[in-house]
Amino acid sequence: MSLKEVFGRRLDARRGSDQAFTSVEAGGPAVRAGWEDHPPRKGFFTDTSICIGCKACEVACKEWNGVPQDGIFELLGSSYDNTGALGASTWRHVEFIEQRKPLGGQTTGVTIGVPETAVGADVLLPDADSGSFGKTASSFGTAGAFDTIPGPVSGPDHSGIDLFGSLKPEPTATPEKPLVDLGMPAFDLPSASPDAGERTEFRWLMASNVCKHCTNAGCLDVCPTGALFRTEFGTVVVQDDVCNGCGYCVAGCPFGVIDRRIGDKHQPKDALANKNHGIAQKCTLCYDRLGEGLTPACAQACPTQSIQFGDVDELRERANVRLADLQAAGVAGAQLYAEDPDGGVGGAGAFFLLLDEPEVYGFPPDPIVTTADLPRMWKNAGFAALGFVAAVTTAFVGGRR
Amino acid sequence: MSPGSGDDPAESYQLGQQDAGGQAANPERNDGERLRDSGIRAVPGTEGQASASATTRRTGGGGRGRRGPGGKGGGRRKKGRAEDPMVPDATFTTYYGRQVVKATPWEADIPFYLFAGGLAGGSSLLGMGADLSGRPHLRRNARITATLALSASMLALVHDLGRPMKFYNMLRVFKPTSPMSVGTWILTAYAPGNIVAGAAEIARVLDVARFLPVRLRVLSTLLDWAARPGGIEAAMLAPAVASYTAVLLTDTSTPAWHEAHRELPFVFVGSAAAASGGLGMVTSPLVETGPARMLAVIGATAELVVEHHMEKSMGFTAGALHEGTPGRLMRASKILTAVGGASALLLGRRHRAFAIASGLALVAGSVCTRFGVFEAGQESARDPKYTVVPQRERLNARRAAEAAGTDPGATPTSVRPGPSADEFQTTDPTAEPQENTR
Repeated sequence: MSLKEVFGRRLDARRGSDQAFTSVEAGGPAVRAGWEDHPPRKGFFTDTSICIGCKACEVACKEWNGVPQDGIFELLGSSYDNTGALGASTWRHVEFIEQRKPLGGQTTGVTIGVPETAVGADVLLPDADSGSFGKTASSFGTAGAFDTIPGPVSGPDHSGIDLFGSLKPEPTATPEKPLVDLGMPAFDLPSASPDAGERTEFRWLMASNVCKHCTNAGCLDVCPTGALFRTEFGTVVVQDDVCNGCGYCVAGCPFGVIDRRIGDKHQPKDALANKNHGIAQKCTLCYDRLGEGLTPACAQACPTQSIQFGDVDELRERANVRLADLQAAGVAGAQLYAEDPDGGVGGAGAFFLLLDEPEVYGFPPDPIVTTADLPRMWKNAGFAALGFVAAVTTAFVGGRR
Repeated sequence: MSPGSGDDPAESYQLGQQDAGGQAANPERNDGERLRDSGIRAVPGTEGQASASATTRRTGGGGRGRRGPGGKGGGRRKKGRAEDPMVPDATFTTYYGRQVVKATPWEADIPFYLFAGGLAGGSSLLGMGADLSGRPHLRRNARITATLALSASMLALVHDLGRPMKFYNMLRVFKPTSPMSVGTWILTAYAPGNIVAGAAEIARVLDVARFLPVRLRVLSTLLDWAARPGGIEAAMLAPAVASYTAVLLTDTSTPAWHEAHRELPFVFVGSAAAASGGLGMVTSPLVETGPARMLAVIGATAELVVEHHMEKSMGFTAGALHEGTPGRLMRASKILTAVGGASALLLGRRHRAFAIASGLALVAGSVCTRFGVFEAGQESARDPKYTVVPQRERLNARRAAEAAGTDPGATPTSVRPGPSADEFQTTDPTAEPQENTR
């Protein structure tokens, strides 16, 4: 038997045993971690199609786990998301995405337009040539100012209906004195304001992000102290008293979930802000609650069952049913994320139903646990070390000059 | 369309939304600190709105992060782009331009350790060779260098921890899946021999034996006797000390590190050889530095050749090695290593001054390599394009292959994970609080 065959067989054996422990099997990763008598693997199915962005999960997580405030109160300019990202002190993160795409299965039939001439209606613009407020840019008086523009979708044609007939202003004569815009709030419909443009397709995507509790967890693999461990529920948890804050898991995570907590120097050492300062922190899937048979705080608090907690096997079935429903309803782009047991992280314990591509939500499109390449890395490092020995030998044998 | 409005209003609205990003929703809003960190103002979920090069243009390539705004010249940026023809003009989508993976919280301690660790490893090998081939000055200097570099490394490693007082927790497990754990044990095995050999040399230089009471002089003799075995023991582990640090970096989700995993060990070992050989040339007399010179030349050549190859094989991700601060460091490293290596080869034998100059250039080149690779990784983690674009290409290729009904074939990285830490679980589950375990 050649060396290659031996090697190949060994790799295949590993593959076989590895796949036997992915979460499709009843045992899940807990068995691989050495748990003999353990409950079924627990996880989250986050159905983002029914998330309303209320952030109850963020609050519930902070309250239950005693997670300190993350940063100062700041507006990030990213829709209603002022949390930013998952981190050491953000274990649930609700994302808001504003998109110029239609919601699946929803058509308005009409797209309400604003008149082209609305720009500068009765508002005097500075004359570029003379620098004075010389003339009105345009007048409202033109015929057909409030034509509705047929929408792009098929449906009952309402284009003949004049929804704004009563609002149509009387044609005005050219004012005798130039009007000055005092910046008073307008009482028009939002779409009638000069810079509103045309109302178009628009949707909000909301999603509650969380640690994925991967089957093949990068953070767990690279942790040098054993502080990160696999629980009997198949989840991945940091032991605060063991972690020494080396920060390796931060780079090991393919999703950018875990981070090292930075405390607040201006507060006393025992303040909440300095709890577990310098230690890697992330979602524990409420390990303490699971032990008591309780639902994790975020899932408990979720008012729409967007966050569903349960046995991973059952959640996976539920997710597939929900995906089929959405696809049947014509929701384009609906897809499951991090659920595939054959995927790069071996199927996550917490997976998602997304309405668009993963990167729209800030997820990596195709994450692969970094330790997948580790055998090759060690091999290359071994060759490099041998090369070093060869170079030194050459230097001393050939360098006697 | 009525007369007077030349532009298509829908189109201009679209453009305005894309350019202004969050500002379109609220023009009064000033972007917060965190958004400025990520640097990119892109509307989420709008496909095709941000190209890699456009992002680079807007953000000035590298030099972002927590160093604050300003201080970047426009000319420098353009130059960086012009040098980088292999980066495709890929379109990609992000969540408000935020980074996807997280950069390590490591600071300058770690790249310094990468350098000092390599220097220690190379010097231990040099010291053993000099010991066995009868070059007393080179032996003494190499051993002392190795010990000092190792001590500085240890301090840097502990200092970088979030909880330095708990550094000893590194010693509670051995995990082959964690290069840091493996490295801890390599260093633990390497340190005693290194320190014994270095301490013996330092004791000899200071003539400690003279100050010791007669009864304790045996200690000094013992140390002298142990120097050679210690040096050999250290030299056995020195190649691992020099090469494992590459795995330490590449076994992460940091794009520019992970994508370099084929070549980086060779680059780091070459860099270590160049640095230790170079420092040997600086510290020791010409008659004894032949091997140091040769090691330095071999190391510099290997580093330059493999580094070039690495940039080719990294593809899109190699952009992180070309832009901004890491780009400058890598360029400096190449120039210093090439000049130092060439002058060591041609002039290093002629005069001590040439030897010292070329040796110092090689050491500086090694420092630049380590800091350059380190910073390139951090930068590639902060810029979402390095995470999203290659993964999106991989996913699209796989989907296309699946749609065509063919086997996906060889993906750039293996789909099946390798060994899992679970198999090496050493944590005693009963150590958890009792109410948590059922």
